[in-house]
Amino acid sequence: MFPLLNSLRIAGISTVIILLTGIPAAYYIAKTPRVIKGVLDVILTLPLVLPPTVVGYLLLRVLGPKHAIGAWFLETFNVKLTMTWWSAIFATVVVIFPLMYRTARGAFEAFDETLAYAGRTLGLSRTYIFWRIRLPYCRQGILAGTVLAFARALGEYGATSMISGYTPGRTATISTTVYQLWRTNDDALAFRWVMVNLAISFVVLLAVNLLERKNSPSGKRRNRQSRAVTPAAGEIVRKEGD
Amino acid sequence: MSVLIDIEKKLSGYDLKVNIEGDNEVTALLGASGCGKSMTLKCIAGIEKPDRGRIIADGRVLFDSEKHINVPPEKRNVGLMFQNYALFPNMTVRQNICAGARRKNSDRNVRCSKAEMYMDYFGIRDIADRLPKYISGGQQQRTALARILVSEPDILLLDEPFSALDSHLRFATEQEVRKVIREFGRTVIMVSHDRDEVFRMADRIAVINNGIIEKYASRDEVFRSPGTVNGAILTGCKNISPIKKIDERHILALDWNLLLETAEDVGNSAYAGIRMHYVNGSAPVNSYECVVTDVIENPFSYTVMLMAEGGSEKAFGWEMEKDKWRQIRGDRVMIHIPPESVLLLR
Repeated sequence: MFPLLNSLRIAGISTVIILLTGIPAAYYIAKTPRVIKGVLDVILTLPLVLPPTVVGYLLLRVLGPKHAIGAWFLETFNVKLTMTWWSAIFATVVVIFPLMYRTARGAFEAFDETLAYAGRTLGLSRTYIFWRIRLPYCRQGILAGTVLAFARALGEYGATSMISGYTPGRTATISTTVYQLWRTNDDALAFRWVMVNLAISFVVLLAVNLLERKNSPSGKRRNRQSRAVTPAAGEIVRKEGD
Repeated sequence: MSVLIDIEKKLSGYDLKVNIEGDNEVTALLGASGCGKSMTLKCIAGIEKPDRGRIIADGRVLFDSEKHINVPPEKRNVGLMFQNYALFPNMTVRQNICAGARRKNSDRNVRCSKAEMYMDYFGIRDIADRLPKYISGGQQQRTALARILVSEPDILLLDEPFSALDSHLRFATEQEVRKVIREFGRTVIMVSHDRDEVFRMADRIAVINNGIIEKYASRDEVFRSPGTVNGAILTGCKNISPIKKIDERHILALDWNLLLETAEDVGNSAYAGIRMHYVNGSAPVNSYECVVTDVIENPFSYTVMLMAEGGSEKAFGWEMEKDKWRQIRGDRVMIHIPPESVLLLR
């Protein structure tokens, strides 16, 4: 059962991290001028289109024990940033960040700015407007982005295997386990893990669909948000096919 | 509560230049769409920043480009009702109004009781727990007004307050709003392109064209003598013609080939307007026999299109009650245009 638990905790923690970083990033970048927005957008979206092995390689160049940050951590805290179960979090965060960022940004951009103006002329603070009007308005998009990111985190293989490796009972995740079992010709067990992964992904995508459908008869706004989510979903499917 | 607005802002297509004052009265900005009316309201509310000028409400400087003062909208105490009302879609009617009450009341209980009071006043207590998307346009408007009034603004700005409503709802709603703003008793600035609405609601009217105020006067003065072609069109004058000045009291209306006596000095006016319903009967001056070119039936009146004898280019309209037309119906009619009904326009 270890690979399942390990996959779930890596995906869970990564999702929380991108929730806390992706939403502010989306909020501020949605407000920046066009040129800067374009550049930042490319940088933050890059991990979505790069092969996971490239992401893994770049991460190792930074976090590896012989490289800048990795070496510093090893020296100062005597902590090795690679080859532990939580090393995979670095990989998944980088890979799923664009999903959260892009869906949240789409939601923020669809926000009717008139509502914020109305709030301000009523004397409401910007903090109040952000938490009580803007975020609830964008809730659907953010929720969909969160679930998608979680699903993608569960399926992360390339960068994870490079930075965490495969140690049964210590760093193994579902995806690395499936690869390992297939390589060692343990077809029956590999198939069982494949089924586990399929089941989880099925449930998660079902949840995304339900989230998008909920309240959808109410109008155009929801449709616009679900359209913002769909291309990202398509990209995941293609990625998992790699 | 006196309000002084004197602002300039460069916009694509034209420069906005507005200078109006208000003192506990209803001022209407009357203009065609895209003439800078809404932009003016946004500048007063603080959502847009004028390039130059100042905005002062009861001695309190809200904006002054020379002193670099630009009070943010949340601190201006200026309520703006948006054309689409901008109700918070995630909050119920009650929550929307409670949010409006935050400005003046830090105590939650006070806020709630104020909100209840306003819901009673506007008759929307039975929809208090519904979301904005599940209530009618008229109810949305009342909610929006309640939300603004509960925030106790010094100035109330209304951006096309009735344009989002179905026409059959407008009249009733207008009466309600009129009552509400009379009771509000402070300065109200509304924006509209509807002359009937403006006539019924406003004390003073500023006619705006391409960002410039062409005429700024009391309601009656603006309707009596709109001053410009644009003002005449906006106040509902449909007969407008370029003129040739004969002498200070006589003009030739070129489109209709009519020689007309005027009540005021012609000066350098280049156009004249005749209100349809002023055209009536016969008298010693300004009387003409005209050929009827067309008769248009309206629900409660006829619009008779007329041309003067002797080769005029365009017909002008003459509106009359149905009974009246049935009496005088014919191929030719006598009309009389009283000199004071000839609007001299720039």
